[in-house]
Amino acid sequence: MAPEPDIVIIGGGNAALCAAMTAAEAGARVRILEAAPKPYRGGNSRHTRNFRCMHSGPLGPLIDRYSEDEYFEDLLKVTGGKTDETLARLAIRLSEECLPWMEAHGVRFQPSLSGTLSLARTNAFFLGGGKGLVNAYYRTAEKLGVEVSYEAPVTHLEFDENRIVRVDYTQNGETHHVSPKAVIVASGGFQADIDWLTRAWGPAAQNFLIRGTPYNRGVVLADLLDQGVEQVGDPTQCHAVAIDGRAPKYDGGIVTRLDCVPFSIVVNKHAERFYDEGEDVWPKRYAIWGRLVAAQPYQVGYVIIDAKSINLFMPSVFPPIKADTLEELAAKMDLPADKLLKTVDEFNAACGDTSSFHPTELDGVSTTNLTPPKTNWARPITEAPFYGYSLRTGVTFTYLGLKVDENAQCSIGNRPVANMWAAGETMAGSILGQGYLAGFGMTIGTVFGRIAGREAARYAN
Amino acid sequence: MQTDLIQEARRQAEICNACRYCEGYCSVFPALHRERAFSDGDITQLANLCHNCRGCYYACQYTEPHEFALNLPKALAEVRHDSWKSHAWPQGFATLFDKSGVAIGAGLLLAFTFLFVLAQALRPESGEGFYAYMSHGLMVAVFAPAFLLPLAALAVSLRGYWGTVGGGSLAVSDIWDACRSAGRMKNLEGGHGDGCNFEDEDRFSHARRHFHQATLYGFLLCFASTSSGTVLHYGFGMEAPYGLFSLPKLFGVPGGILLCIGAAGLAWLKTKADRNLGAPKVWGGEMAFVLLLFAVSATGLALYAATGTGAVGWLLPVHLGTVLTFFLLTPYSKTAHGFFRMAALTKEAASKRAAAI
Repeated sequence: MAPEPDIVIIGGGNAALCAAMTAAEAGARVRILEAAPKPYRGGNSRHTRNFRCMHSGPLGPLIDRYSEDEYFEDLLKVTGGKTDETLARLAIRLSEECLPWMEAHGVRFQPSLSGTLSLARTNAFFLGGGKGLVNAYYRTAEKLGVEVSYEAPVTHLEFDENRIVRVDYTQNGETHHVSPKAVIVASGGFQADIDWLTRAWGPAAQNFLIRGTPYNRGVVLADLLDQGVEQVGDPTQCHAVAIDGRAPKYDGGIVTRLDCVPFSIVVNKHAERFYDEGEDVWPKRYAIWGRLVAAQPYQVGYVIIDAKSINLFMPSVFPPIKADTLEELAAKMDLPADKLLKTVDEFNAACGDTSSFHPTELDGVSTTNLTPPKTNWARPITEAPFYGYSLRTGVTFTYLGLKVDENAQCSIGNRPVANMWAAGETMAGSILGQGYLAGFGMTIGTVFGRIAGREAARYAN
Repeated sequence: MQTDLIQEARRQAEICNACRYCEGYCSVFPALHRERAFSDGDITQLANLCHNCRGCYYACQYTEPHEFALNLPKALAEVRHDSWKSHAWPQGFATLFDKSGVAIGAGLLLAFTFLFVLAQALRPESGEGFYAYMSHGLMVAVFAPAFLLPLAALAVSLRGYWGTVGGGSLAVSDIWDACRSAGRMKNLEGGHGDGCNFEDEDRFSHARRHFHQATLYGFLLCFASTSSGTVLHYGFGMEAPYGLFSLPKLFGVPGGILLCIGAAGLAWLKTKADRNLGAPKVWGGEMAFVLLLFAVSATGLALYAATGTGAVGWLLPVHLGTVLTFFLLTPYSKTAHGFFRMAALTKEAASKRAAAI
């Protein structure tokens, strides 16, 4: 048996690894307890692809500059002000020094991916995506002497007053106990526990798909909150987007996204439209569509497009359902055909002049006298073959988490937990009260992972 | 072409096209992302563009046990191998691809026996160096057709390939682009310049790239050695044996050493790499090919070292036997990969150019 570690890190994603490498470099003996088996290690970081980074001049793959204020403004827009300004600005300011640190620890960047040019200034893309980053970090961490236990889910943390005295975990069907000097919690949210989601959101959550890892079941989070550790974030909410309805229940990741809604009409199970499909460009709207679809019968929507729009969006992971007539499409998608024809006819009749159609800009090509209206990209659905996709609600993450201070330290009963810090998705609710900013989850994980590692090592040494 | 292999590669390519995380690794992904739908020809071209660096496999969040079960290096390796077979000419020899190991073994035995018997039966009255054992005329009589006929067969194969992948008229700039890419083994650099994944899971290293470079440049130097010998013989009447400071030796000795090191290194790496990320059924044949390259260079060097001794009597047919086997099997063994790769790189250069317009 290896000697007792100074620091136990719960979780094996980006935040956990950043904490582990930082603490190991400070001389601490570190053990990672990762719930997932090795092929699934890394939590939701496996599915990420970039890191939103402040920079005062060109930096790595990033062009131009992205100031603290602009970054913070962007955050305010998506969160509607629901953020902790001190922690948010800390994450933003420290992101700049993170990028070279990430490179020094094995991460490699690439120019902005095709289809993501809008992020070329603000987000640094990992070569190979998040799993590439996770692999590089595990290599570096192991070189630094970090010990990693896979399939080792933590079940309970034992408190004595305001100190963790024992961590219980299972491995190979046996319960183990470890009593490190310090603990870092980096085990994500609870979105993979459908029962918990259902209790929080309502019965509709049974039909949600989970976009990321099936291992974020919130066991540690629940254990800590039950014992009175201070929480943050709306316990009933999750970040959800509309994704391909044929996606796997868990772990579908990036490929299940569908970008075709703005060029479509979207109907529910009764073949009725329910929202303006052309309200704004898709990156600004996919999140509200997660909620819209969740509010429809059976939590499902159906996208209908025609031949002239099929090449206007990123290819989908599964080919669309295709038919020569709308009746045939309705049959293939199990929709009432007469109703669908009526909806399409009404929509087509409400379409006007489409000559200024422009797929990448708000073009103002809208319907008239239609409820709900379609305010951009409204072109009649007339050209065979017709294509269809089903849409379901895909949960990205939950907001409920552990409240931390600027040192990533947790608290209980109005005083700090002497030897416990938190990083990553499990504390991100402090900064992201609602909404999401692309690449910001990795920023929070990297910045607070490093802070937690530094603080825990300082305490343990 | 085997449609099930193509179909499986297509299924995977469609998933990759919705993800795009691997865009920076190699030429395959930008080529893949240019398409929305993949014809059989597109898949064949992607397969021959793939250098099996495995970066995409280890970075992939959808590999088994995920239900998408992506293993693009394997899917493309299987299509690639199948594409060489289906374009082989004459088609009757195509099955040799599946039995490369056996073919190489049998070829060696037959070629050695044939050359040994021939040398014994037609031993020259006089001659210097190895010409004392086999006359120049006899060597030319055996090796000129053994060199030229396979090249002709390969040319027919490549023409077929060019049609399959929809190649247009050849542009010199595209061929030059392909030569530069192959000359640097750019597609084994990994995009970040750290190399590829091969012998140690997700660790990046230049080992495979460097051993391949040694093999490639070693082979080209050996070829230059033989060519310079031919020019000296016919152009200047200077016959072998050549001294150490002659062109054939200045090319041949470093070339042989490089080829030896490169082939041995590639064989060693191959024993450490995960077989399931290539085409597992042809692993043995590929290994035999690498060892054959090693044998060509090692026996060549040994023959030079044995100059003036009686060992030349048996080393000469052994060395020439390996060379003869190598030449004859060129269109029907892993040797073909170099030619198909150059065609694929040329086609990619043309497609890139067309897309940029």
